[in-house]
Amino acid sequence: MVLKSLYFTVSQDTSLGGTYSGVEAMGLLWSLRPVPGSKPGLRLRKKNVQTPMEVTISVYQGHQTEGFVDQVPLASVLVERWYMAPGVRRIPITEEGLTATLFLPAGPGPFPGVLDLWGGGGQLVEYRAALLASHGFASLALDYLTCKITLETGKMVDNQYFETAYRVLQQHPQVLGSRIAMLALSLGTSITLRMAVNSQVIKLRCAVCIGGSHVQPSDGSVKEILTYFNRNGSKTRFSEKNEVIWRDLLLPITTDPSFKVDMGRLQCPLMLVVGEDDQNWAAYDSAMDIKEMMERAGNSHLLTILSYPKTGHLIEPPYTPHFRASIFRKADTHEKIMVLWGGQTVEHSHAQEDAWKKMLVFLRENLYGGTNPGATLLSHL
Amino acid sequence: MWSKCRWSTVMFSFLHRRSSVMSQTPPIVSVLPTRGLVDEKFKVLVENLPPGRPVTVRSLHHSDNGHYWEAFGFYTSDHRGTVNVSKDQSVGGTYTGKEPMGLLWSMCPVPGSHKGLRLRKLNMCSPMLVNISVHSGHEGFRDGAPLASVLVERWYMAPGVKRIDVQEKGLLYLFSPGPFPGILDLWGGGGGLVEYRSALLASHGFATMSLDYLSCGQPVFTYVETAFNFIKDHPQVIADRVGVVGLCLGSLPALYLAADSTVVKVVKQITSPLLLVSGCDDQNWPSFETAEDINQTMRAAGNDHLLSRLDYPDSGHLIEPPFSPHFRASTFVTTNKRKAMILWGGKTKPHSDAQEDSWRKILSFLQQHLCCSLNAKL
Repeated sequence: MVLKSLYFTVSQDTSLGGTYSGVEAMGLLWSLRPVPGSKPGLRLRKKNVQTPMEVTISVYQGHQTEGFVDQVPLASVLVERWYMAPGVRRIPITEEGLTATLFLPAGPGPFPGVLDLWGGGGQLVEYRAALLASHGFASLALDYLTCKITLETGKMVDNQYFETAYRVLQQHPQVLGSRIAMLALSLGTSITLRMAVNSQVIKLRCAVCIGGSHVQPSDGSVKEILTYFNRNGSKTRFSEKNEVIWRDLLLPITTDPSFKVDMGRLQCPLMLVVGEDDQNWAAYDSAMDIKEMMERAGNSHLLTILSYPKTGHLIEPPYTPHFRASIFRKADTHEKIMVLWGGQTVEHSHAQEDAWKKMLVFLRENLYGGTNPGATLLSHL
Repeated sequence: MWSKCRWSTVMFSFLHRRSSVMSQTPPIVSVLPTRGLVDEKFKVLVENLPPGRPVTVRSLHHSDNGHYWEAFGFYTSDHRGTVNVSKDQSVGGTYTGKEPMGLLWSMCPVPGSHKGLRLRKLNMCSPMLVNISVHSGHEGFRDGAPLASVLVERWYMAPGVKRIDVQEKGLLYLFSPGPFPGILDLWGGGGGLVEYRSALLASHGFATMSLDYLSCGQPVFTYVETAFNFIKDHPQVIADRVGVVGLCLGSLPALYLAADSTVVKVVKQITSPLLLVSGCDDQNWPSFETAEDINQTMRAAGNDHLLSRLDYPDSGHLIEPPFSPHFRASTFVTTNKRKAMILWGGKTKPHSDAQEDSWRKILSFLQQHLCCSLNAKL
């Protein structure tokens, strides 16, 4: 008699414990956390996107929770996870004083473009732009806080810097100049909303704003926005673990129109992605206020809000491990603090997966679609 | 009040603007996965085309030895402007019908190439790069530039597989840390060191050694036994779980090891399970007749319960890993360095189906007999 060998499948079977439980096909990635004994407040981010993230998946005897390093696995495999698909080209951009990297999809092009902005930590963060290029969008990752100009002159960039980035993208021979979007997280959202509504140069096909707000002084640029936040610094709270909570800095949402982007004048489709447990920005409250402003102005048909319960601030590409708090270095003051981002791991991870899928569909429809960009149909979402 | 004339001018310019906006929207071709092993299937999808548009989906590969290979299928986009190679019918090209992997197995040298070429990967540490593109129209698709394209990587070596040069003129492919079942991989009369099947078997969990047994300067069977011992005794190999895979001439030493060799005490002559894979249109080796003969011999000896056979009608001699292009004939360099055009046989579609089917069954056979904790006791 022949007995079949026993096997189990992570995507179909139930985990009974560990860093995740239940039927979770991708739990081995999104529930990754620093091994015991690591420094506190770490955050996992890929710096070099030209090499893969290497993950060893192994099987151990019994139900283990620690001490893996001392044991021999029964079997293991190595998995490569890439931000860049084959054929995607990475091009550093330094013209006109920009600190940026352009990622072009494989193929002859031309391609629609995306201007990709991150938040108050600064640096040139490339991985999301690389991933977007792997999905067919020519994406420009832009450093606007720790860029060369700022490091050399000590001065923050103004609105023209973003308009220059838009122009460089628009005029690139492999980019479709009339099909450009902005995608941003956190402080980048403030910039995006300001540019989308006020700029005479930047004409967006659509915008995606994650975990941010429209509340900001109407004049000036990056420096003025940061000054405005710092002025509200007394509203900073602390968790019982002494983690910084900045959520209240913009609360309650002001009724003074000179401290908000006039969302009623927005002319392109906008997707807002917010975590309801965001402890860093009052993103949910801002989204509700934006909705109200647009309903009053009659352009709310342009607005889509994706709101996720128990989800924090850092809504990253799918399967990125979740961190409820981590060390954060402010780009303007250089102080290092433990910041509370919020979110519960399971719900936050599911939100990342869902939001990314919907963001890609939104970008695809607005940037690749042939229909009137003002009448985006999202009924299938 | 608008005159009729003006209305039609306005309508015309509106329609013209709409169609030029539509013609600007680039199509998107995507392949899932973009990186995979050569025996993995992929899905090719073209979207954002105008509906009902005839297009050609084409694959292009530049081989390690500098030749260009291509395959293509003729499709028409559906009402949503989509072509799904896994589901739609190709109505012409190098393959027809519903063929998800046709863009690989039906590859042939581009027009103007030498005759008798054969596609084989020489460098295992780099992937086979295949460009998948979409073109307007069917016949004459080459006249225009591609509308869109992607690059796909097809690997013989999975991440983590190591390639180790062994002094006994072989190449060992394995993962760490092990230990693993082992395989000795023997190729045919073309000689040289052929690595790709070993790399692929290692990617499926077997410590596999490919051996150049024709130019070693020693008697073949002795040399092969030495290699078998080497694998058996390797610290990362499970000594009592070693198998042999042989193609063409390589099946002779394989059968020798399974039968008469005194090295293989554990399996005792031909008491080791044996899988014979034959193409019934093999024009190079009488493999079907040989398999019949082996079958009869084993039946007479009372051990034919160990024999499994896979016989494939209309398949030729070179039954390679799945999706490898089929060649009915190719140039072959004999052991005395003479070039000849050899007929291998087989018709492309049945041969390609045979490659896919046999590989799955070979892996299953190897896994059953080398990996399972309880052996088949018959």
